[in-house]
Amino acid sequence: MKKLRLSRQGRSDLITYGIILLLCLILFLIGQSSYQLQGLLVPVCAQIMLAVSLNLTVGILGELSLGHAGFMCIGTFMGASFSIYMEQFIPIPALRFFLALLIGALSAGIMGFLIGLPVLRLKGDYLAIVTLAFGEIIKNLINMVYLGYDSSGLHFSMNDTASLGLAEDGVVIIKGPQGVTGTPTDSNFGIGILLVLLTVFIVLNLVHSRDGRAIMAIRDNEIAAESVGIHITKYKLMAFTISAALAGLAGSFYAHNYNNIKASTNNFGYNMSIMILVFVVLGGIGSIRGSVIAATILYMLPEVLRFMSQYRMLVYAIVLIVMMLFTWSPKAQAWKAVQLAKCRKRLRPLTDRFRKKSSGHMTGEGE
Amino acid sequence: MALLDVQNLGISFGGLRAVDDFHLQVKKGQLYGLIGPNGAGKTTVFNLLTGVYKPSEGIIRLDGEDITGRSNIEINKAGIARTFQNIRLFKDQTVLDNVKIGLHNRFHYNTFEGIFRLPRYRKIEKKMEEKAMELLEVFELEKEKDYLASNLPYGKQRKLEIARALATDPKLLLLDEPAAGMNPNETHELMETIRFIREKFDMTILLIEHDMKLVSGICEELTVLNFGSILCQGETEKVLQNPEVIKAYLGE
Ligand SMILES: Nc1ncnc2c1ncn2[C@@H]1O[C@H](COP(=O)(O)OP(=O)(O)O)[C@@H](O)[C@H]1O
Ligand SMILES: [Mg+2]
Repeated sequence: MKKLRLSRQGRSDLITYGIILLLCLILFLIGQSSYQLQGLLVPVCAQIMLAVSLNLTVGILGELSLGHAGFMCIGTFMGASFSIYMEQFIPIPALRFFLALLIGALSAGIMGFLIGLPVLRLKGDYLAIVTLAFGEIIKNLINMVYLGYDSSGLHFSMNDTASLGLAEDGVVIIKGPQGVTGTPTDSNFGIGILLVLLTVFIVLNLVHSRDGRAIMAIRDNEIAAESVGIHITKYKLMAFTISAALAGLAGSFYAHNYNNIKASTNNFGYNMSIMILVFVVLGGIGSIRGSVIAATILYMLPEVLRFMSQYRMLVYAIVLIVMMLFTWSPKAQAWKAVQLAKCRKRLRPLTDRFRKKSSGHMTGEGE
Repeated sequence: MALLDVQNLGISFGGLRAVDDFHLQVKKGQLYGLIGPNGAGKTTVFNLLTGVYKPSEGIIRLDGEDITGRSNIEINKAGIARTFQNIRLFKDQTVLDNVKIGLHNRFHYNTFEGIFRLPRYRKIEKKMEEKAMELLEVFELEKEKDYLASNLPYGKQRKLEIARALATDPKLLLLDEPAAGMNPNETHELMETIRFIREKFDMTILLIEHDMKLVSGICEELTVLNFGSILCQGETEKVLQNPEVIKAYLGE
């Protein structure tokens, strides 16, 4: 009996990973068709990561965040600056890129922790208000930052390039509203797929662990969670910090796709945060698989539909409505449950064989 | 010495004196009943005992340890677990996970081990699963372990809430109207279950109940609350024969 459940969960996760790989294959084929579409492959991976990570806050923790793009923004500028500055010290691109991704995730995670610490103690929708403000503040702050380096090290200013006081050989990394320039373009679709898988892996495994259960217990009923000894603030902070860190990871990955990035409203502002939230809501709050699918379709669609010229937004609107119905109408949910059960059933022999093998291995019984 | 020793407990909400000069001694292994008309302050007493409300005055001792003024999390760790009058389950999680959440503080592995499914994750999760199934079997819920808690019928939801409370391994179990909304059959079954819990887990139980048959059937001692004050306290039979109690309770 016990094994059945574990494998049931495992099968559901397996289906999710399968869907991701299938989507990636489709994306790859779409990318072959035109240069424009090819250019969307890296950003779409970042969007999927953002949607999945926001779902951790909105769907799993049950708190509304309206500033997810702000965390992405931090990851982008920290990651890009790190790479530009470190190009002279770390000659191996792969290692430098790996560290840049880590820095992006870490800095956004720390920011998430600092914001969550005072706000998540409060009961009510304060997180939505504070994250909304945070997203805008970060974007505007970065538009004021000037950062450069020369032989004597890093220079920082909030005024203009001149006040950086760089030596002759100096290089400007961040130039206020003109953004960050000179990022090595290390990102590609393959790494994007790996990072999407990593993000989904982290979120799904967290959900199925002791911590994840505590987080969902808080979402379902705070008073009951406290009555069984669960620290509300601790787990809220944990979920929110991980969610922010994953957004930072996405941001840093995104940064390394462009030589130049500006912190504009569409990139990192309120619009972007809402867009990510739309992915989460239309994909199904709490459904990781749904976030992946919704982010992919809704991000690619405007570009894929470009040939329809003026009918493009009309079709886009219709797709939004259809997706909403598909996600939230009871009939569609029932249909999906049946399909999922079928899918699981078909997978059962496969997972059974796998489990037999691995358990045999563990106990040393073999076959 | 009493397992639970409450002295001079009181709280006011604005001008309302919800509980006044409340005192109570529950001995280890006892099945104790707290009764009284609606709005008498019974649930408020539970909220005071579990740290949901901080008392304005009074002392609460559990097993000799002063737990007055502690948070509900600390009090749960000290050994008091409860159920709620209006059921509070983790609705969108499975029956099994509800109990596992109750086991949260008894089994540990860290976040990293959880995310990367290291050996300790597997080992501890297996133990949690076994422990949780053991509890579900006591309440005959093992067949429904994969149901969402909100899909259980009412009576089973009440049982699941008790199972979850027991999962925290308490010294004292507080049940707030466990038979509310149950039919006579279910109530009778619940009585048996409560008795069984006491035997099997060597549990001390304090319960609020309206069903007089249940109260007189299983409680050894009673405290009757009325308008926030104790009306009568003592052995069940004597209390139930007290004319004042009959008057207050039956509203004559
Ligand atoms: N948090 C609160 N704020 C204000 N009044 C409260 C609060 N909790 C309980 N009360 C009041 O205290 C009284 C006792 O309530 P309660 O303990 O729920 O009664 P019962 O004996 O039916 O469980 C009621 O008059 C109720 O309105
Ligand atoms: Mg009550």
